[in-house]
Amino acid sequence: MNKYTYRTLILEVFAILVALLFLAPFYFVINNSFKTFADILIDPASLAVNPTLNNYTTAWEVINFPSAFFNSIVITVFSNIGLVLISSLAAYRLLRYPSKINGIIFGLFIAAMVIPFQSIMIPLVRVTSALGFANSRLGLIFSYFGFGVSLPIFLYHGFIKSIPKSIEESAIVDGCSTYGVFGRIVAPLLKPMTATVLILNTLWIWNDFLLPSLILHDKELKTIPLAVSGFFAQYTKKWDLALAALVLAILPIVIFFLSLQKFIIRGIVAGSVKG
Amino acid sequence: MNKKKLRYLLDEVVFIGPAFIFFLIIVIIPFIIGMYYSFTSWDGVNDNITWVGLDNFIYLFKDEGFINSFIFTLKFTFVSVIITNLIALLLALVLTSQIKTSKVLRTVFFTPNVISGLLLGFVWQFIFVNGFSAIGEMTDLAFFNLPWLGTASTAFWAIIIVSSWQGAGYLMVIYIAGIINIPTDLKEAAGIDGANAFQRFFKVTLPMIMSSITICLFLSISWAFKMFDLNYALTKGGPFNSTKSVALDIYLEAFQNNNYGLGTAKAFVFFIVVAGITALQVKLTKEREVEM
Repeated sequence: MNKYTYRTLILEVFAILVALLFLAPFYFVINNSFKTFADILIDPASLAVNPTLNNYTTAWEVINFPSAFFNSIVITVFSNIGLVLISSLAAYRLLRYPSKINGIIFGLFIAAMVIPFQSIMIPLVRVTSALGFANSRLGLIFSYFGFGVSLPIFLYHGFIKSIPKSIEESAIVDGCSTYGVFGRIVAPLLKPMTATVLILNTLWIWNDFLLPSLILHDKELKTIPLAVSGFFAQYTKKWDLALAALVLAILPIVIFFLSLQKFIIRGIVAGSVKG
Repeated sequence: MNKKKLRYLLDEVVFIGPAFIFFLIIVIIPFIIGMYYSFTSWDGVNDNITWVGLDNFIYLFKDEGFINSFIFTLKFTFVSVIITNLIALLLALVLTSQIKTSKVLRTVFFTPNVISGLLLGFVWQFIFVNGFSAIGEMTDLAFFNLPWLGTASTAFWAIIIVSSWQGAGYLMVIYIAGIINIPTDLKEAAGIDGANAFQRFFKVTLPMIMSSITICLFLSISWAFKMFDLNYALTKGGPFNSTKSVALDIYLEAFQNNNYGLGTAKAFVFFIVVAGITALQVKLTKEREVEM
């Protein structure tokens, strides 16, 4: 059954062809991003004859790439740190100290996962501006804390369930405080699930467009998706610059994915296993 | 209150408090306020919010734009869920066979999924408008010469193409995990009993990956139903509002037309439909899962 047969070879060739088809859009975008506007219009399929970096230098400035990149990093990193912290604490407590109230709170967190963002976004704009969250990176990060906390609580909850309780109990008998038990015993055990949570949240927050577009308004605060969207609103059909801007915008997350792809794919699988 | 009880309360607050406070402010309170707004004619700016009872709900069931966006979303969800899952399952079957490039190809198929739907929408705008016509000129294939984003029916399929391209790799990874977990002796036994490839697939593989199917259907249905970024960047709902998803319609109603009251009423109906459909789907496919 494990032999490489003639049929496997056909399958292999077929798979590679499909993969090339999957990659074709990237060929078009990357290749044309090195052409002048006129060359793009003449023949978008041919290889760039006189490749130029002019589009990139202009696009870099137009979307203010360094600032957008910085904002995306800050927002993604701090949202991640906060989400891991608050959701692991809550999941642990909700599971290990069952009570009527904790059951209701857990139920609320889980039930909220079916609320589509569009269902709360309109009043959310009101609430966030009333609290002074509007137009600030911190406000956006706090919004991610609230909107993003359900899934990691669900994941940590399921994960902690599989950890034997006896180690924690013996630590308590030995005089360890509830915080000590969490910090010294539970938290280190959560590492595999934390990796999954970080991966899922990074992909979501880094790529999110709607929530930041509702909260951030200043030019200097724009994240990468906001900067690109702003570019397209302003320069419709300026494809030479647009394609360079798109490549710049896509590059960071693709590099992130390619360098950690083993963990990311593993994390996606772990995250998809429901409890 | 005794010391022990106080201690317990303090621990509750320290552990659950931070998560719950943010959750309350960002999700619960806006959700409740939204329910209230949906019974008003609020424009989002004015401070006098007038209660209009069920008027918004009565109106939106007569609102052709909203009904059309719902029909589009249902059609899109139905088609894209089937196509994306079929492609994903096919890729998973091929990549779990003995082929040597399996690992590299897994990465290739997954890559579109790590990129923001907004950026992919803009990328494909270029492909449909400029790329396809260039290939069409070279090959003379009618497929590439269609006005992809120009007519209602082609724009529908354009969005299907992009969303399947984006989502298939993610679902593929979940299907691969399911297929790998099938005990090999089960397949071998079926092979010895004389089952051919199709019988092995339908009698062994498919029943054994029902839990992956549950997850993949759940994910693809909720992606399709909540589609916004891709839709916003690729067609902006056009041509003539023919590809406007419900999520985009709600957004435009609130932030372009400034009808916050009506927008929240739409959002409320949207929530009930999304919650209902995903709950029903999970219930239906979970019943078919085989426990080992």
